Amino acid sequence: MNKVFLVIQREYLARVKKKSFLLATILTPLIFPTIMGLFLWIAVGEEKGEALRIVEVVDENNLFFLESRDQYAFSFSNLSIEEGKKQVQSGERYGFLYIPKLNLESPSGIIYYAANNPSMSFISSIESGLKRRVEELRMHAAGIDPEVLEAYRTSVSIQAITLNNSGEEKMTDATINYGIGFFTGILIYIFIFAYGNQVMQGVIEEKSSRIIEILVSSIKPFELMLGKIIGIGAVGLTQFLIWIFLIAGVSTIVLGYFGMQMPQQTAMEMANPEMMDLVNMDSDFPHILAVIMEINFIQIALTFVFYFIGGYLLYGSFFAAIGAAVDTPSDAQQFVLPITIPLLIAYFGLFAFVLVDPTSNVSFWLSVIPLTSPIAMMGRASYGVPFFDLALSMSLLIIGFLMTTWIAAKIYKIGILMHGSKVTYKTLWKWIRMG
Amino acid sequence: MNILEITNLKKVYGEHTALQDINLTIPQGTIFGLLGPNGAGKTTLIRIINQIIDGDSGQVFFKGEKLSPKHIAQIGYLPEERGLYKKMEVWDQLIYFARLKGMPLAEAKTKVDFWLHKLDIQAWRKKKIEDLSKGMAQKIQFIATVIHEPELLILDEPFSGFDPVNAELIKNEILELREKGITVVLSTHRMESVELLCDHIAMIHQSKLVLSGSLQEVKKQFRKKIFKVSLEPYAPLHLKEDCQLISQGQINTLHIPLRHLNPNELLSEMILLGEIQEFSEIIPTMEEIFIQQIKNHSDE
Repeated sequence: MNKVFLVIQREYLARVKKKSFLLATILTPLIFPTIMGLFLWIAVGEEKGEALRIVEVVDENNLFFLESRDQYAFSFSNLSIEEGKKQVQSGERYGFLYIPKLNLESPSGIIYYAANNPSMSFISSIESGLKRRVEELRMHAAGIDPEVLEAYRTSVSIQAITLNNSGEEKMTDATINYGIGFFTGILIYIFIFAYGNQVMQGVIEEKSSRIIEILVSSIKPFELMLGKIIGIGAVGLTQFLIWIFLIAGVSTIVLGYFGMQMPQQTAMEMANPEMMDLVNMDSDFPHILAVIMEINFIQIALTFVFYFIGGYLLYGSFFAAIGAAVDTPSDAQQFVLPITIPLLIAYFGLFAFVLVDPTSNVSFWLSVIPLTSPIAMMGRASYGVPFFDLALSMSLLIIGFLMTTWIAAKIYKIGILMHGSKVTYKTLWKWIRMG
Repeated sequence: MNILEITNLKKVYGEHTALQDINLTIPQGTIFGLLGPNGAGKTTLIRIINQIIDGDSGQVFFKGEKLSPKHIAQIGYLPEERGLYKKMEVWDQLIYFARLKGMPLAEAKTKVDFWLHKLDIQAWRKKKIEDLSKGMAQKIQFIATVIHEPELLILDEPFSGFDPVNAELIKNEILELREKGITVVLSTHRMESVELLCDHIAMIHQSKLVLSGSLQEVKKQFRKKIFKVSLEPYAPLHLKEDCQLISQGQINTLHIPLRHLNPNELLSEMILLGEIQEFSEIIPTMEEIFIQQIKNHSDE
């Protein structure tokens, strides 16, 4: 076991000491905000920079009016369809909207001509403008004053509270649960891929540079494999810890800059029921804070760490076995595909089923089967998971990881000493039976 | 005392028998040559001694004890296919290999210092392997093999891949290690280095042990009892059919089989024919024995 620790230490230091680790750790959290900022900047610049887009409108009913907005302006006329089209073809007009005589009860036949495919948002904004006008007209016809109707329009929102058998009440909000499940699930998915791949590259490096034979004359192949997987996993955990501190630090600075208190502090105040009454409940912000306060972060964090490590260990040993079986990274591709499939199933299952309905049957199975549970369970964890489901899923993950490690170790042990032979699935199966 | 005793060792890979009934003893403090053509089973035997793989049947004893993981610290291994971590610094790398063999950190540091000093390469300690020349890396590779002061050193084709300067350096180190009582197992094709270095040899061919013993014994076993005689004849020589005239002139050189005589009797016969310049037995070279053995056993 002492030797496993030596390997862990080497694998860890060899990676953490690299400049690329420091760069990736500091830059990665900045990449997403940067990309979003870049898009925003381009979009804003585009709107400002572009010429006014004039859309010719022919309304045979003489009923509609579209307000010019952003870079779009609408010019109304009585041209024929052919003339309107020509204007678009010649580039004189950006687009041409034709509204034929409409039956207001079922309006149809409205056509928009343009040189470019119109954006969804543009079309839907015109649609909603026309729709509102048609509704108005129809209400008039029925003797209803639209202004009266507007005055009676009320907004209702439901406060969801979960109630457990001891009578404890908790405020919940599906959006926040969704967000947490989404974020943690994707994080585990990325982690398994990124670091699993590093394990594979590391094994291939040892094999192709022929260090391996010296290593296995000093340490058991299984210990070597385990040390490598744990060492690289520790690098990943370090990276995430740094990110958490970075994000916490940056958000403190940003919020401080905007003259706001730390959300935690506000939330603490919110937790006090007397304080709660004083706060205007109509505003969304305190509501969100209250919901955040109600989420059991410690439980989610512990669940996250468990599935994070469990999932990585489960797949890490597969990646190590693949690295041992092949001679070059390009040979590895054919074997990586089959382990990508369950990961992808888990990833799409997270969006398609688990986050949509965490208690459905599909969600249950996805979050219990070890190959998909590390990702899928995170989608359920933020909503709260029954103890039985969690215990079952965790035990199966532990058993699953022990099994994959056991199988992988057999492939690993033989593979690392095999050079230059073409490895197929048949050979892998033979090695598993031999070991 | 024997450092290694191998009895009835057998190893089969699927359909292929890699080792069959190997019985071998390796005396302590000697340089032991392990010979055999490629694919004979040498590497398999070496891997079993290093506990990288297990034999199917038979036993290996290290200094009288059954071979077990605790002996790893006492064995040093330089494989035929060898390498180092390219991105790791010389110092870190040597410390790592020493500690993997079970050496405590403080001792490992002293030893690495000692070897870097001995080979006069202290300046490289902070260099990465990828920044070293091939020859330099070979020196580090050798240090990594002996750093933990093993009692048994297994070198698989140590001279292949090494440049002549390093090969010489390693040869001298091997001889020095033997002086310290360390046993060296040398697996090689190069018969001239066997003649030069080895005290004992064993030869494996087609997974079987075909030859073993001390170098002298083996050579004695294969001598053809032919003597080389150079003499200045008193009168023209009349040779028997089985004698061979190698060179003629003022001095004649002959190859003469011993037949029923002993060497002294042969010499006294020769003395009558001329003035003896040289009288010696023709000892077969390891190269000849090697090739002959392969021919003999391949015919089986």
